[in-house]
Amino acid sequence: MSDEKLKSDQVADIDYNPPVKGWMDTKPAFRKGIFNYPAVVASEKYLDLPFSRKWDPREDDWKLPENWKEIVLETLKDLLKKYRSFKVFMDICVRCGACADKCHFYLGSGDPKNMPVLRAELLRSVYRNDFTTAGKLFGKLAGARELTEDVIKEWFLYFYQCTECRRCSVFCPYGIDTAEITMMGREILNRLGLGIDWIVTPAANCFRTGNHLGIQPHGFKDSVDFAVDDLVDAIGIRVEAPINKKGAEVLFVVPSADYFGDPHYFGFLGYLALFHEIGLDYTFSTFASEGGNFGLFHSAEMIKRLNAKIYAEARRLGVKWIIGGECGHMWRVLHQYMDTMNGPADFLEEPVSPITGTKFENARSTKMVHVAEFTADLIKHNKVKLDRSRNDHWIVTYHDSCNTARGMGILDEPRYILEKTCNYFYDMPENTIREQTFCCGSGSGIGTDENLEMRLRGGFPRGSAVKYVREKHGVNLLTCMCAIDKATLPAVMDFWVPGVEVAGVHEMVGNALVMKGEKRSGDLRGQPFKGEEVKEHV
Amino acid sequence: MNALYALFVVILLLLVAWIGIGTVNLHILFGIVLPYLAFAIFVLGFFYRIIKWAGSPVPFRIPATCGQQKSLPWIKNSKLDNPHNAFWTIIRMALEILTFRSLFRSTRAELRDDQRIAYGDTKWLWAGALAFHWTFLIIILRHYRFFAEPVPGFVLFLQNIDGLFQVGLPVVYITDAVIVLAATYLFIRRVFIPQVRYISLFADYFPLFLIGGIAVTGILMRYFTKVDVSAVKELTLGWINFNPVAPEGIGIMFYLHLFLVSVLFAYFPFSKLMHMGGIFLSPARNLANNNRARRHVNPWNYDVKTHTYEEYEDEFRDVMKEAGMPLEKE
Repeated sequence: MSDEKLKSDQVADIDYNPPVKGWMDTKPAFRKGIFNYPAVVASEKYLDLPFSRKWDPREDDWKLPENWKEIVLETLKDLLKKYRSFKVFMDICVRCGACADKCHFYLGSGDPKNMPVLRAELLRSVYRNDFTTAGKLFGKLAGARELTEDVIKEWFLYFYQCTECRRCSVFCPYGIDTAEITMMGREILNRLGLGIDWIVTPAANCFRTGNHLGIQPHGFKDSVDFAVDDLVDAIGIRVEAPINKKGAEVLFVVPSADYFGDPHYFGFLGYLALFHEIGLDYTFSTFASEGGNFGLFHSAEMIKRLNAKIYAEARRLGVKWIIGGECGHMWRVLHQYMDTMNGPADFLEEPVSPITGTKFENARSTKMVHVAEFTADLIKHNKVKLDRSRNDHWIVTYHDSCNTARGMGILDEPRYILEKTCNYFYDMPENTIREQTFCCGSGSGIGTDENLEMRLRGGFPRGSAVKYVREKHGVNLLTCMCAIDKATLPAVMDFWVPGVEVAGVHEMVGNALVMKGEKRSGDLRGQPFKGEEVKEHV
Repeated sequence: MNALYALFVVILLLLVAWIGIGTVNLHILFGIVLPYLAFAIFVLGFFYRIIKWAGSPVPFRIPATCGQQKSLPWIKNSKLDNPHNAFWTIIRMALEILTFRSLFRSTRAELRDDQRIAYGDTKWLWAGALAFHWTFLIIILRHYRFFAEPVPGFVLFLQNIDGLFQVGLPVVYITDAVIVLAATYLFIRRVFIPQVRYISLFADYFPLFLIGGIAVTGILMRYFTKVDVSAVKELTLGWINFNPVAPEGIGIMFYLHLFLVSVLFAYFPFSKLMHMGGIFLSPARNLANNNRARRHVNPWNYDVKTHTYEEYEDEFRDVMKEAGMPLEKE
């Protein structure tokens, strides 16, 4: 296929039969479209990362540090000591192969090293060689291989062809979590100065300005002001959107794409409209202007460094508790890492909805509530008036984000909201949603243009499932609660199922919301409601 | 190739025992020394591995959730697949270990002509694995009759159930047939499914052949070549009373069987067979999904270099002031 562009009718050519040559004897090939560019030196320097330098994956010499081998083995040893998960997962795989056809990258590429089991074996083989008796005694016969530069190159290729989506883990009889293995692989690579730019630069931006996009405080304010103005056009109401307001009840943290990206932005308008309508006393923070955390795709230490600002800002602003917007990996961090890393949040109060009085007991320690939990509770208690027909121009399906599905389990809250805000909602086939959901193919920091072919391949199973509901029900809108999904699924849809747009769940809320004093004839995108467009033509 | 190597090694092992007993008469070695040694390696090795695993902490609570979380009271929580407390986590683990639920869930992806993927159910691996492990367990428990006098009731019960069909003399055990079939199936799928063959190591074929060899030698001695069962029991009771004698005339098939069992025991702690212990320790499964309700503590949590609000405001004070935003320091 070399440098040629992928075409959507090429799928039939995907060959799931592995080559004759064994995987240990197959060297990684870096062709355009399937790998990511290295991190720029300035970003690495800003974060004090080791061995920053200019290098190119396509060249033979990766300019590894002189003692790279020693660093790899020391890091492996360190990680095995720190993580039981890693240690157990290195030892207990029986290679039953149940995970093989569960990976979207394998299904879309047919590359055997994208079978989760083999992705892990890339690392296991070195582990066996240097850390196990059997490997030391019997070498290749025990599945061990020597650590060479080619092994490092292979890790770089395949640990950045994994989106840490955990779908394989659901089917593994031992729950072996490839995300965990990929995370360890990336930790090692990063200690050799082998980071990719789409992870390291957003992380550096986030460290400095509080958000991945590097938006400075006045830029953030401009964006929010702009959204407020846009809302005046859309709903005829000027809402308040407080920033850095001390003493507000709630701190609201969103992924930065929400106020800068399309179609995220329409969901952002939805939040603003909703919070205005219910009179929520909240504030944004310009410093905690990012809930997302690309540290998750880099190293545990980076997660903690980037996440620290959220509790710090909650403390500084004196809020009682926190709401988090729609985002996938952001919620994996907030749900499974934040409290452990930067807690305890004992200076906050247990979250209680000021509108319904509902105690969010599931968040009593972390003190952070998902906006879908908050909104579902409002709707259940009839605190908002909704007109579902305002979404009648959309025939909707819902894509579970991998992180919130398998690292949290927020499955029914968004579906409840969609059912209450849309007349036409149809789920995709059961093997492709909820805990079995397929990744968009661009998560975990690999959603770059240079990696587009791999992303589209990875998006094939999702595209295929959407195609099914499009043909069956005429679906024209794929909703989701993940900033990376919103950023990357439009390209996947255009490629595999043209005619399907992407939207956040709160865009549907914003459309259906009947507000006091509103003046509107169209949705948040400025499109006329169904029925209204007829009048216009008359 | 890996399969052939593994088969070759098992045949070699059988030859070693054959020569050792048949020609060199090393009954003490094969009947007493090696079994003791193998058992010691198994017990010490097994616990060593568990202790080594347990020695690494679980810094983060990272269960893979496979169902609806417990959140709002009116949303039905999937207790089993997304447990929120220790009780349901134990149930989840128990069902996983006893019934292989994750394998049961498995699907088979198939690329169709109309540019779509379809997912079919596939229960073969689940059924084969379940049959293999359960019959193995029952057979091991049945063997307890060699280690207790009188034979305990549960063993007699198992024997009765297992020999329910009352076919042949001695009665044919269902498990004897099933384990051979299941092991054969597991081997055949390993060789014939291209992806599985591609990932299979020597270490995947070897235990299969070893266990297959144990089953076959066991069946041969029970139904065909026959051995002196009372002499076998004299030997086995001798082991557990630490007064071992190696009686003559048990029959060579028994020693072939015993030697392969010894190899399996000694090999166990160094191999993937440790999944027997590891399954209990998998942090993606054995933790409750209640992170936001109960704080999880990381024993090695250390301070990291962060960027503080003060530093941030210092850098952006002018533009913030210009935009009319509140400041900590004017």
